[in-house]
Amino acid sequence: MTPHVLTRSLDRSATIFLVVVAGLGVLIPLSNLLLPAGSALQVPTYLVALFGKYACYAILALSIDLIWGYCGILSLGHGAFFALGGYAMGMYLMRQIGSRGVYGNPILPDFMVFLNYPALPWYWHGFDMFWFAALMVILVPGLLAFCFGWLAFRSRVTGVYLSIITQAMTYALLLAFFRNDFGFGGNNGLTDFKDILGFNVQADGTRAALFALSCLALIVAFLICRAVVTSKLGKVLIAIRDAESRTRFLGYRVESYKLFVFTLSACMAGVAGALYVPQVGIINPSEFAPGNSIEAVIWVAVGGRGTLVGAALGAVVVNYAKTYFTSGPLAPYWLFMLGALFILVTLLLPKGIVGTFNAWRESRKATEKANAESAALEDGVGEPKPAE
Amino acid sequence: MSANFLDRLRGLLLAILLAAAFAAPALAGPFEDAVAKFANDDFSDTDEAIGAVATSGNPLAFPIISALQEGRLSADPDTKKVFVTQADGKIIDAATGAAVDKLPDNAAAVRLNNRLRRAVEAALGGLTLLSPDPAKRIAAAQSVFKSHEESALSVIDGALAKETNKSVKAAFAEARAAILLYKSDATEVEKLEAVAIVKAKGDQEAMALLTGLGSDVPPNVARAAASAIASIQSNLQMWSMVQNAWYGLSLGSVLLLAAIGLAITFGVMGVINMAHGEMVMLGAYTTFVVQEVIRSRYPGLFDYSLLIAVPLAFLVAGAVGVAIERGIIRFLYGRPLETLLATWGLSLVLQQAVRTAFGPTNREVGNPSWMSGAFELGQITITYNRLWILCFTLAVFVILLAMLRYTALGLEMRAVTQNRRMAASMGIATSRVDALTFGLGSGIAGIAGVALSQIDNVSPNLGQSYIIDSFMVVVFGGVGNLWGTLVGAFTLGIANKFLEPVAGAVLGKIAILVLIILFIQKRPRGLFALRGRAVEA
Repeated sequence: MTPHVLTRSLDRSATIFLVVVAGLGVLIPLSNLLLPAGSALQVPTYLVALFGKYACYAILALSIDLIWGYCGILSLGHGAFFALGGYAMGMYLMRQIGSRGVYGNPILPDFMVFLNYPALPWYWHGFDMFWFAALMVILVPGLLAFCFGWLAFRSRVTGVYLSIITQAMTYALLLAFFRNDFGFGGNNGLTDFKDILGFNVQADGTRAALFALSCLALIVAFLICRAVVTSKLGKVLIAIRDAESRTRFLGYRVESYKLFVFTLSACMAGVAGALYVPQVGIINPSEFAPGNSIEAVIWVAVGGRGTLVGAALGAVVVNYAKTYFTSGPLAPYWLFMLGALFILVTLLLPKGIVGTFNAWRESRKATEKANAESAALEDGVGEPKPAE
Repeated sequence: MSANFLDRLRGLLLAILLAAAFAAPALAGPFEDAVAKFANDDFSDTDEAIGAVATSGNPLAFPIISALQEGRLSADPDTKKVFVTQADGKIIDAATGAAVDKLPDNAAAVRLNNRLRRAVEAALGGLTLLSPDPAKRIAAAQSVFKSHEESALSVIDGALAKETNKSVKAAFAEARAAILLYKSDATEVEKLEAVAIVKAKGDQEAMALLTGLGSDVPPNVARAAASAIASIQSNLQMWSMVQNAWYGLSLGSVLLLAAIGLAITFGVMGVINMAHGEMVMLGAYTTFVVQEVIRSRYPGLFDYSLLIAVPLAFLVAGAVGVAIERGIIRFLYGRPLETLLATWGLSLVLQQAVRTAFGPTNREVGNPSWMSGAFELGQITITYNRLWILCFTLAVFVILLAMLRYTALGLEMRAVTQNRRMAASMGIATSRVDALTFGLGSGIAGIAGVALSQIDNVSPNLGQSYIIDSFMVVVFGGVGNLWGTLVGAFTLGIANKFLEPVAGAVLGKIAILVLIILFIQKRPRGLFALRGRAVEA
């Protein structure tokens, strides 16, 4: 009985989530483009870009929830996959600048001219084509996650050990991308983008379209995650999360399941990064910072891990708070708040916002039902219901 | 007034006596003529004067030339008299050494250009060869070795004959060899001997000297020089290995110090404390506060500031650690991933708190006198602070090991590490052990902060720069075994420093991280893993 109620309630929150995201994805761009500037209902372009950023964070949070909430893999390096997807998109955008750069070189991006590169490094070839870049957005993080996961899960690196080596992974990438001779713009990263698929990245229309696309990607990512976690595969993942050894002894190849879900999650994070870069207009090595990855984990914890909807909600709530506080006079206290959030959520709200809400509603339902039953029993004393 | 006069008189007499003793062969005339040339205000005359004065052997030569270098030599163009204003403000006549009350009104400082400045330096190099201070004589010999000015040969020969100090004598011999090597009219035998002496010196400078040798030397000498270069090169390579090993040991000791507390908390409680780096930072700031108080109240105690800071840092960081354990971590047992997140949040709060209290910039923490400076060992330089930190780390390690082995708390900690439930059944108050363990680990991190404040910037980010490296050490070395941490720290430190010259600092670090990730595949629980049931807990 209870699992049925649970799935149905989740389904309902999933439906609400999908409707809200789809509605925002349509209404915000329309309001931005069609209503006159200054109208009370018009969403300014900077807000469109900001919301687009939140949508990308929400996808990243979903990808973390998929592995942490449903498979118990706490990755402290998911920001690396996000940043790799971002760099793939950034490389495409750099190639699109063409001869409009400061140095006017038709092939080499500005920073390469500046650093005296004789020719385009081999790994930059192909990024002038969108389809190739789009493929790389998924392939590069996926491949890294596959290799990393294959090594890690096969030798049964679990728990905090896994968390720490994922952190080491993103730290190593951070150091590598900071190097000028690594070929990705070093410290400054990739920026000064001009257009994407022929549209100006700064234009209102492009921003609105990117926002709508981000919402679409969020919906698709959510549906993929739902499909995974509600399938039989999802049940095995939950079993692995709750009792890994027992699942293995029951005959499941735990490492294959983990590897699959880890790679899938990395691909999603890559897509999120790719959508993020044209909207913020820059990608640099600081995206690899271990702190970023851990912050993404706390979004999931705040929203409620193992709920999917909660992960997306947590990403939006925490980032909205961050935007709100870091731009105001309270800026010096933001780190206090973020730190307190980490501590309080883990201590007092281990299920997160959505998880706690679900639990509360369920317990209320259960008491209502118990009340109803006991009331029915009291009413029906000595008066058996007629057979139906 | 009269005492002053007597003093001057005595100084004058002494100067005259010295002049008589030293400069017996030198005639009074040429020296005085040479000195007078300074007054001509002509660069080529000044050059001649420098040469003549420097080779005169007159005891006034050194004060004159050094005054010239520092712009304290002035000349009266009318009377052709030259004066030295001494560092203490007294004025003497350069030619006679007689005291003068004040400079004539039209006296002007003798001017120099860049070419003359070089000549002055070379002349001073030659003159300080006769300084009474052996360290100055060695320094002068070394500068002659570098410049191999032929003009210094006669001074060196003279000084060498008189020298009694062994190490100064060796330095003179090396300087003489360098001059002979470059002297065009030296014989082949002399040059071969010189090559042998320079080869025995065997450092970077000797190599530069030999490689700088032109092609106009006799073939025998060229061959000897080539073989000498090869042997110096291999010698230098050996020393650079030694140097890398020393740097590695030094880095390893820092890593060990930072990681050892982490190893204890992780080993005993299975808790990764992300705020560990901030405990290190608290220790460093404790040192800063201690030094501030000492500076303002008891300046005489400055050399003991670290001795005071060590126990204080242990108490401060340890108390914070116990508070963290009681306030946060004990509610999260059995949920290591959540503990990780909560302690990360705590690290943000602590960093920001320190930033608010002490400001975001680096704070100045001084080295006590016994920790500053360096000494030479063969071809490498060892700084005292690195050496002290290495010794200190090993001392902390040994004390900790003894504590775990011989005290009741150590016994209880080991019991809890190996099997928590069994230990609880035996009547060990595991929650008390947890709190004390956490306090101990944090306190050691605080001590590490005292040591790190001596070699690193004391800023709110101090801890963050060590946290990932410390994790790597613990993961690499294995949990629950301090020896693993020791081996892990020194292996990583030395590997890092040996990779650095080959791959560069950043690539070397990346390589280490990748190697650790690969190593974890082979031994998922580290080098020295606990065996048995504890592993699955």
